[in-house]
Amino acid sequence: MSDIIKHGTLHTDDWTVVRVVEGEDLAALELPAGRVIVPLALWLARRDSLLAGAEAGVVGVWLAGTEDPATLAGDLLRLQLIAVDFPKFADGRGYSIATLLRARFGYAGELRAIGDVLRDQFFFYTRCGFDSLQPKEGKYSRAQLEAALASLKDFSEPYQGAVDRAEPLFRRQTRKEAA
Amino acid sequence: MYQYDEYDQRIVDERVAQFRDQTRRYLAGELSEDEFRPLRLQNGLYIQRHAPMLRIAVPYGNLRAKQVRMLAHIARTYDRGYGHFTTRQNLQFNWPKLEDVPEILAQLATVQMHAIQTSGNCIRNVTSDPFAGVAGDEQIDPRPWCEIVRQWSTFHPEFAYLPRKFKIAVNGATDDRAVIQVHDIGLDLKRDASGNIGFRVLVGGGLGRTPILGEEIAAFVPWQDILSYCEAVLRVYNLHGRRDNAYKARIKILVKALGIDAFRAQVEAEFAHLKGGPATLTEAEVARVARHFVDPVRETLPAENAAYAAQLAGNKAFAAWARRNVRAHKFAGYASVVLSLKQTGIAPGDITADQLDHVADLAERYSFGEVRVTHEQNLVLADVRQSELFAVWESARDAGLATPNIGLLTDIIACPGGDFCALANAKSIPIANAIQARFDDLDYLHDIGEIEINISGCMNACGHHHVGHIGVLGVDKNGEEWYQVTVGGDQGNDTALGKVIGPSFAAAEMPDVVSSLIRTYTEHRHPDERFIDTVRRVGVEPFKTRVYAEREQRKQAHV
Ligand code: SF4
Repeated sequence: MSDIIKHGTLHTDDWTVVRVVEGEDLAALELPAGRVIVPLALWLARRDSLLAGAEAGVVGVWLAGTEDPATLAGDLLRLQLIAVDFPKFADGRGYSIATLLRARFGYAGELRAIGDVLRDQFFFYTRCGFDSLQPKEGKYSRAQLEAALASLKDFSEPYQGAVDRAEPLFRRQTRKEAA
Repeated sequence: MYQYDEYDQRIVDERVAQFRDQTRRYLAGELSEDEFRPLRLQNGLYIQRHAPMLRIAVPYGNLRAKQVRMLAHIARTYDRGYGHFTTRQNLQFNWPKLEDVPEILAQLATVQMHAIQTSGNCIRNVTSDPFAGVAGDEQIDPRPWCEIVRQWSTFHPEFAYLPRKFKIAVNGATDDRAVIQVHDIGLDLKRDASGNIGFRVLVGGGLGRTPILGEEIAAFVPWQDILSYCEAVLRVYNLHGRRDNAYKARIKILVKALGIDAFRAQVEAEFAHLKGGPATLTEAEVARVARHFVDPVRETLPAENAAYAAQLAGNKAFAAWARRNVRAHKFAGYASVVLSLKQTGIAPGDITADQLDHVADLAERYSFGEVRVTHEQNLVLADVRQSELFAVWESARDAGLATPNIGLLTDIIACPGGDFCALANAKSIPIANAIQARFDDLDYLHDIGEIEINISGCMNACGHHHVGHIGVLGVDKNGEEWYQVTVGGDQGNDTALGKVIGPSFAAAEMPDVVSSLIRTYTEHRHPDERFIDTVRRVGVEPFKTRVYAEREQRKQAHV
């Protein structure tokens, strides 16, 4: 069980992120009990047997920064959870991947940021379409995470459009002419 | 100049609150050094050799008098009474305390200023022509477009953690004074055959360890689409730029690796999805921003002011200053004045708090209250009546701001270098000062004519050494400070990268090296030929030969 932020509030969550080490036999790997988020390679290798789980909301898939979200384009209606991994918080590929999943491919299910997920990036994650944020186990106490909710609202009217608000400020609000 | 509305102000105020909390958490040990670093960098805060350094954004080099006074106030209150203008038109303070930075940012916010994205791996402060709006060769005013790009890039959520820093420059004149060819994206304002405004887009330029000139990725992107087009470029870069090696992470390396055609194909594929989307600019928005940059109400004046002509004829020192530091203006009877921050013995680009106040006074009195920063690290009063040039000169001279050397040898561009910068291999400022001291004879300086010497303390090339007619780069040889010299670099329409002339030099040799280069030039030049043109005509060889021959003679003389 881990504490996550979902739709702007704290939740206790029972999904397990499955990480495989290089060279591991994906076909033979035993998945933990309960709800699992599997790496893309494992999903592709065992898609037929995992599809029912995906549709039932007990199997999700996570993408690494190097992975093309288009690979999942055909499965987006079946998957109820997709995660994007941030190996380091300063590695920003996940923001583009999330944007593509939402804005280009129309993915509407849960989109979760996993890995090195820190509160000072919460605002950017949600703008790019992540609706759940899972910091590393033990990174924040529940109280710290509670306090971190404030970071979701760092800026009230951002300039540019993004997934959360597609319209840029100049379309969203009437900006007065210079006096 | 652009004035904030309630939305702009709120964003800057919210940034202050955000950074105040981040600094508090860092000082309380809740944020690690690694976690805090990109946050402070995206607020312009470096940890330097002696103290933190705070880089304040001067968007495309535009300042109002009130803002200049605030910079003076901050210099006095939180620093040691001076600041440093950079080659990216920003201002740096070298001695603020980390704990004071949130308060400094709060004070800046009261005059519509900030330090947002002046460092870090994000889209940096957009730069442009310091003579925008007043230059005779301007086709389209770049400032509204700079402001539009500034707003779009501020806290862009998708591009806050790019592989590396990302710089955009905009040019709207026949002569490119924004050096767009050495930027990650260079935007060149154009009109198509039917007179519609758009941009020729260059991509993949940059100095640093691997200097590369940008290549054309699009011949004409209509203005409506420019943000979508930039978004496409940035997305391809964000997803595919290298993140394994900081030296190979700039977009120029990706463009080179793929080739411009393959890179263009990827951008076009992305752009096809974005074109026509919500980022498409509207006429209303462009008009809203452009209204901040309409011409001030100027008087109708004769093209030549008789009193000014008489002052020029009657005062040699004034005439010398006017010749170098006054530029023609598109409007009859007006001129632009360059205030030199290149007094011999002062670090290039440095300015004291008192001088800042003085500049603010000059701007208010003579130039519609505005000041521009040039990437050559000088200041500009863009809009001065010819009849008032003499008064401006006298006043600027009293404040040490009227060295008549703009474009001359002593108008040296130099980064802060080893005196301040933690990344430096070698010092830059003492080299600049030693060269200035060698060439302090004004008549000789004028005889040498236009020449640019650019000095960087390391490969990061903040002093733009590659594009200096003479470039000087600090290198480390077994823990000692040495200097590599290039010749033949240039900026503007003929941007070129200089060629290394040979083995590097000790600091003490540098004035002699420059003397040798200048002697070679004066010997080979045709009448009225600039240094760089002589280099182009005769090649680097004679310069190189003479520099090392004279170096050998000096050595012999010593034994
Ligand atoms: S060029 Fe190097 S030494 Fe000079 S300011 Fe930049 S990083 Fe520092």
